[in-house]
Amino acid sequence: MYETTYHRAESVADAATRLAGAEDGKLLAGGQTLLPTMKQRLAAPSDVIDLTHIADLKGIAETGGGVRIGAATTHAEVASSEIVKRLLPGLASLAGHIGDPHVRHRGTIGGSLANNDPAADYPSAVLALGAVVHTNTRQLPAEEFFAGMFETALDDGEIITAVEFPAATASAYAKYPNPASRYAMAGVFVAKRADGGVRVAVTGAGQDGVFRHEGMEQALAGNFSAAALDGISVDADEMLSDIHGSAEYRAHLVTVMAKRAVAACG
Amino acid sequence: MADVTMTVNGKTVSKTVEDRTLLVQFLREGAGLTGTHVGCDTSQCGACVVHVDGKAVKSCTMLAAQAAGSEVTTIEGLASGGELHPVQAAFREHHGLQCGFCTPGMIMAAVDMINRLGGPLDEATIRAELEGNICRCTGYHNIVKAIAAASAEMAGVRTAAE
Repeated sequence: MYETTYHRAESVADAATRLAGAEDGKLLAGGQTLLPTMKQRLAAPSDVIDLTHIADLKGIAETGGGVRIGAATTHAEVASSEIVKRLLPGLASLAGHIGDPHVRHRGTIGGSLANNDPAADYPSAVLALGAVVHTNTRQLPAEEFFAGMFETALDDGEIITAVEFPAATASAYAKYPNPASRYAMAGVFVAKRADGGVRVAVTGAGQDGVFRHEGMEQALAGNFSAAALDGISVDADEMLSDIHGSAEYRAHLVTVMAKRAVAACG
Repeated sequence: MADVTMTVNGKTVSKTVEDRTLLVQFLREGAGLTGTHVGCDTSQCGACVVHVDGKAVKSCTMLAAQAAGSEVTTIEGLASGGELHPVQAAFREHHGLQCGFCTPGMIMAAVDMINRLGGPLDEATIRAELEGNICRCTGYHNIVKAIAAASAEMAGVRTAAE
């Protein structure tokens, strides 16, 4: 790791000020991606600004129609939250299968979303559930937040403060993890919304990061069963292809994971 | 440079270190506690697992400065007096180690999972919970047996104490 200067931010405003004052600063949340990247010298920020001691960024609260999760809340906290398990069991299950137990004790929802790794789990839940990403300057609906591989709508210096999820009548996530890295080769989040609509979001498989599959959504809106997805195909031209799996393999995997997620909705 | 103070195995440790110092470096080189191992450079192997404020974390994937003010427990802090922790004793009894390199991380992960989930733990749960720990000898079978035995014993002890 190259030299860097560590800052422990006391508030979101303090973090924003320190970030603005740094030559090439980076926000540090759980650090489960950033620190390994720095160790490999693939990132060399002049300053890292630690967000995890800011009380305002932590915690899970039931809101009028859903759940608000502070950006610095860890995966382990989301997975074990009674509120999340009751209102959005698919989200709790997703959080409980990110990485491994030690990663889940450090990694945060805000950090995961800001990084927008194309194989990360959280983006699928945020998009399928129609969550709103709150930042220190505005609120971004999920549809506007994700902007391709490792790209988001966040401006320089913008800090995610919380994610607000509307309640769903059913939710489930199914992923096929890479056997070595545990990142999703394909992960599908299915959400049945209060208005009867169904949303299906896919991570790990698409060339441009997380995406919704409208064909599946329409089929499931008419008939919410795994069988409704028979005959629906995913376009391999839009899938990732790498040493872990071809585009055709991933396209097939997406339909299998989607069926498992629908079945898990019960 | 950063002045970093934390509690390690019940004792206060203060060092002035570079900001980029990893917690594992602080423990090994600063505090002289070399029981915590570094098995990879990629945050994957789990040999460096310690407990920070009661939670298992990879000490190679946390800056020492991030842990300032925290309570850290390493493998050296598990035994009390001359008596091994039940998980350590179970690893010895069930031959849960071959070369021993991954053992500190395995044991710290095992203690964390038993603390969180209670016991006795079944094999599937133990194997899933060990996802972040790699044994280069591939000695998983006896590691799982050792954790299962320790979790049963610790649950029994707890019940007896209630």
